[in-house]
Amino acid sequence: MKKVFSYLKPYTFAMILGILLTFFQSMLDLYLPDLMSDIINKGIVGQNLDEVYRYGRYMAYATIGFMLCAVFATFIAAKVSSGFGKKLRDAIYAKVNKFSLAEFNKLSTSSLITRTTNDVTQVQQLTLMSMRMMIRAPLMCIGGIIMALSKNKELSILFIVAIPLLLLSIMLLAKKILPLFTKMQECTDRINQVIREKLSGVRVIRAFGTQKYEEKRYDRANKDIYDVSLKAAYRMSILMPIVMMIINISSIVIVWAGAHLIDAGSMEIGDMMAFVEYAIQVLFSILGVAMIFMMIPRALVSVKRINEIFETESSIKDSEKEVDIAKPGEIEFINATFKYEDADMPVLSNMNFKIKKGQTVAILGTTGCGKTTLLNIMMRFFDITEGVVRIGGVDVKDMSIKQLRDMIGYVPQKAVLFSGTIESNIKYGKENATYDEMVEAAKISQSFDFIESLDNKFASTVAQGGTNFSGGQKQRLSIARAIIKKPQIYMFDDSFSALDYETDKKLREALKKNMRDATVIIVAQRVSTVLDADKILFIDDGKIIAQGTHEELYNTCEEYKNVVLSQITEEEAIQNGEK
Amino acid sequence: MEKNSKKVKGPHMGKGGMSLDKPKNFSKTLRRLIKYIGDYNKAILVVVIVLILSTILSVRSPKILGKATTELGNNVIQKMTYSQIKLSLDKMPKEIVDMLPKDATVQTLIDMNLIPNEVVEKLPDVSKSVSLSVEPKINFSYIGKILLIVLFLYFLSAIFNYICSRVMAYVSQKVTYNLRKEIDNKLDKLPLRFFDKHTHGEILSRVTNDVDTVSSTLQQAVVQILQSLFSVIGILIMMLSISLGMSGVAILIIPVSLIFVATIVKTSQKYFLSQQKNLGNLNGKVEETYSGNLVISAFNMQKREIKEFEKINSNLYYSGWKSQFLSGLMMPIINSISNFGYVGICILGAMLAIDGKMTIGNIQAFMQYTDQFTRPIGQSANMLNLIQGAVAAAERIFEILDEKEEEPDKENTIKLKNVEGNVVCDKVYFGYEDNPNLIKDWSLDVKAGDTVAIVGPTGAGKTTIVNLLMRFYEIDDGKITIDGVSTKDISRDELRSMFSMVLQDTWLFKGTIKENLKYGRQDATDEEVYEAARLAYADRFIKVLPGGYNFELNEDASNISQGEKQLLTIARAILADSPILILDEATSNVDTRTEEIIQDAMNRLMQDRTSFVIAHRLSTIKNADIILVMENGRIVERGNHNELLAKNGAYARLYNSQFSEEEE
Repeated sequence: MKKVFSYLKPYTFAMILGILLTFFQSMLDLYLPDLMSDIINKGIVGQNLDEVYRYGRYMAYATIGFMLCAVFATFIAAKVSSGFGKKLRDAIYAKVNKFSLAEFNKLSTSSLITRTTNDVTQVQQLTLMSMRMMIRAPLMCIGGIIMALSKNKELSILFIVAIPLLLLSIMLLAKKILPLFTKMQECTDRINQVIREKLSGVRVIRAFGTQKYEEKRYDRANKDIYDVSLKAAYRMSILMPIVMMIINISSIVIVWAGAHLIDAGSMEIGDMMAFVEYAIQVLFSILGVAMIFMMIPRALVSVKRINEIFETESSIKDSEKEVDIAKPGEIEFINATFKYEDADMPVLSNMNFKIKKGQTVAILGTTGCGKTTLLNIMMRFFDITEGVVRIGGVDVKDMSIKQLRDMIGYVPQKAVLFSGTIESNIKYGKENATYDEMVEAAKISQSFDFIESLDNKFASTVAQGGTNFSGGQKQRLSIARAIIKKPQIYMFDDSFSALDYETDKKLREALKKNMRDATVIIVAQRVSTVLDADKILFIDDGKIIAQGTHEELYNTCEEYKNVVLSQITEEEAIQNGEK
Repeated sequence: MEKNSKKVKGPHMGKGGMSLDKPKNFSKTLRRLIKYIGDYNKAILVVVIVLILSTILSVRSPKILGKATTELGNNVIQKMTYSQIKLSLDKMPKEIVDMLPKDATVQTLIDMNLIPNEVVEKLPDVSKSVSLSVEPKINFSYIGKILLIVLFLYFLSAIFNYICSRVMAYVSQKVTYNLRKEIDNKLDKLPLRFFDKHTHGEILSRVTNDVDTVSSTLQQAVVQILQSLFSVIGILIMMLSISLGMSGVAILIIPVSLIFVATIVKTSQKYFLSQQKNLGNLNGKVEETYSGNLVISAFNMQKREIKEFEKINSNLYYSGWKSQFLSGLMMPIINSISNFGYVGICILGAMLAIDGKMTIGNIQAFMQYTDQFTRPIGQSANMLNLIQGAVAAAERIFEILDEKEEEPDKENTIKLKNVEGNVVCDKVYFGYEDNPNLIKDWSLDVKAGDTVAIVGPTGAGKTTIVNLLMRFYEIDDGKITIDGVSTKDISRDELRSMFSMVLQDTWLFKGTIKENLKYGRQDATDEEVYEAARLAYADRFIKVLPGGYNFELNEDASNISQGEKQLLTIARAILADSPILILDEATSNVDTRTEEIIQDAMNRLMQDRTSFVIAHRLSTIKNADIILVMENGRIVERGNHNELLAKNGAYARLYNSQFSEEEE
């Protein structure tokens, strides 16, 4: 199990060096005030210019040393944390790319995205902070205490009171403020959601003229976030004055107690002044340490979320073996059953069917009956829980996933395009395709005309998510992408839904002409799209109710007949009525 | 990738973190932002006054506390003098000692020339008042008094600080609240064109991220910067009062620091910008490939995607560590510069002191001020980064606020009573920016109660017609009238209330089913709601939901099915009970069984209403009174089903392409 922090290992040496440099930097930082008082006490008070030069030189050396340490320590911290972040992201990305659909469903796509981006940034920030602050603050704190002790032990009793007092007040405030931060996050989510609804429903809202109502909804959310933020900000305003009070009172106490110690002859006045300086430094460092500790829990949540990715193993095992395909284009399901982990009922149960090379097979059924799952199983996005699936005559588990998917040209239900150009999107199916191949694919998919009408033709830009194209255009491009691959098996998952009927018809004709040898599987909801299939698999509730040609099913299967009639009689009835 | 990110103003431009990009017009935006704060100028005045007071306190307090230590120091010296004098008195002949008056002090001894001159010269003034008979004590009552005063001053300063941050918290939250409200109001007034041009993510990030950035900067930076400014001025005054020459050296620290800061900021800015860009690219890549994972896997492209990701990630790494390194350098460099300045001032001070031009106490005080002087400079440098980010964010907010609004309604709009629903379009012209001649010379005459079906291929302009009827877009030329009144003479709200819409996009919001149904008519009674749901065949599924009509829909209404959502939108339209109905692809996303039910519900809804129906599926529209066939924004055919079939033109072609397969 590769844990998040194992990616820091290559940087062990650099980190030790960084810590050492930070250590020296802090030591010099602690030493500088000493030099400053020396330059005054020995040089100026003693009116000795040579001493001033001497200590001035020391101070210059110390400053240069401090600067060098700081520069290198910053350099190392920046490189280590960024490098760590890069390695972590690379590893996460590679890992996620091995995930099957089951893992994507389990961890959820949006959560995987934030884990790869935000969470890594959090961890990276924590690394940077720890290398710079987390080491420095305690060092300054401890160093300050040691220096203070060296000046006077009795006065150091003050720390026993001041430090807990400071920590206590920070903790008390944190307890009052942190829940408000959580609430603020909720309010932000809420206002986001109201706006998102507003943006997506802008037509409906204006159609119903409910802007006032929406305004009220929004204003409530806005008021909520205002109230909570203000409350949090008010509570935050107390923090610094209290901290400063504690620090200032400490210095007053030191002077008062110091005066008595001086009176008793057990302390010198210069030491007392130095002690005040150290005390201020110690208390400020404590504040810094406390702040860092408030950061840690947040970062740890991120670490945990990233670890979860590393600990998740893909449920699909790749045999990574190239095998001979005995019967190209053939698909066979034998007693195949698929059940989600934790689910009581199987999604698909006891599927038995055989598709021969070159056949066109339609899978028909209502939404949620398991049609898409069936395709996902063929492509091994999921593995069946029982039974055997053979493609090309070979058990899909015996061949490498790459070999399996290379045989298939898949067009998903929701057309997915990638940012780039039209060319890069079509060629996604075959990277080394020629221009002619690309044009051919575009023509068959009925996208050539609209591509040619664009200013940059095939070089036209595709925005992220393909948002600059209509649903129908996206669907046709994703069909072109599958066509250019010239696969043995095509899988269309309800891929014509966004097309109007004329384009749909042209596309089907072109497809029919161009993929004579290929096996074609079409998932559909409408009867009209499946009538001329060589075989129809009629599925309901995860079971094959009937299979055969349209005629066979129409005559033998009552449920199928019902569905067909529900779509056709109605039309016929309307037609007759008008005649 | 490079080429794309420049060309496409995609959503990830907005998402990739906003804080470090450069504003286009810094000073103009800043001035405008300040105007927003200016609404609270009384509060700001309080902050400024309190800040000045607290600065005076913080500049003075050390000096007052210094009085206590000075007194302490003097007392110590006096004690030392006393014990030394006592020792020398013991050695002196008794008769001389007896000669001394009872209240003799060291000064008396000096006056009597009993102390050698070279000793007198070195004797500090405070020692001269030491009494010979009474042992000097530490003046606790004086020190105590000073400490109490200082305690009080500290307390005061804490209260001032508290007032400052509290007032500033109030102002910044208020400004934030107002900005959010203003954006929201603005969004209501923007034409639909705006929403077509900008992605949701982009707008969303301005309302939330950008507003947050402005808000937090207002809260932190304003006080900090003012405080720094006042401190620098205050300290400078104190310094000048001590020594002109030494102040000159101290002031020199500022430009030198600024040069370094400016150089670093300028260099790091470059890397910050490219880091921001790379981060945006990376986020975009992750989002795109994770959500398109299925396709990537199906096409065996993981290796290529990983390679591309690693390339973007490397770019991010290079710009990332450089920007982090450079910004981390700021504090140590400023510290170092001020340390060198300190040394320089020391040397100068020592020379002045040796020449007798300056007292040691003053040099000490000056050195303390020098130490305090550089801190605010460093802080301001950090704040500058923040402010730059905030101004860039404010600029993006103002961009929205400056967008051109929908033309306001005419002043004397006509109120229609008892709308019948006669709709006439007369020579309508319309186009989008990227498609200027979409609709040309378009005319249509619809009688009240008619059903108009609009068919045609995608992109023919079917939905555009609806947008024009409801004035989501304004027509470029021509006229649309309802019951003889031009839609431009009716207020938009009034006009739109004449329509009910059922769209393919089943928009519902988070809230109960009842709230969602009442959306079209807030004052509907529960009975009316139930009746509408019954008519829409929605009551069956609503009743079996936990809580029934009070069942809470979640975001995107993902806890009910697509078909159920559609039924709810139909019930909503029934309840709204408007004279004109628009059905835009209302059933294309549901399965056949559900579609039957929905079709039934819609048929009820269409009775006695002027209806506009847009559909891919021709079966749903065969009995429409008028069928319009559109191609490229023009009506190419019109008539009823039978007429059009008889024409054997575009409609017949469409119709046959759809049903040829079914008529085997």
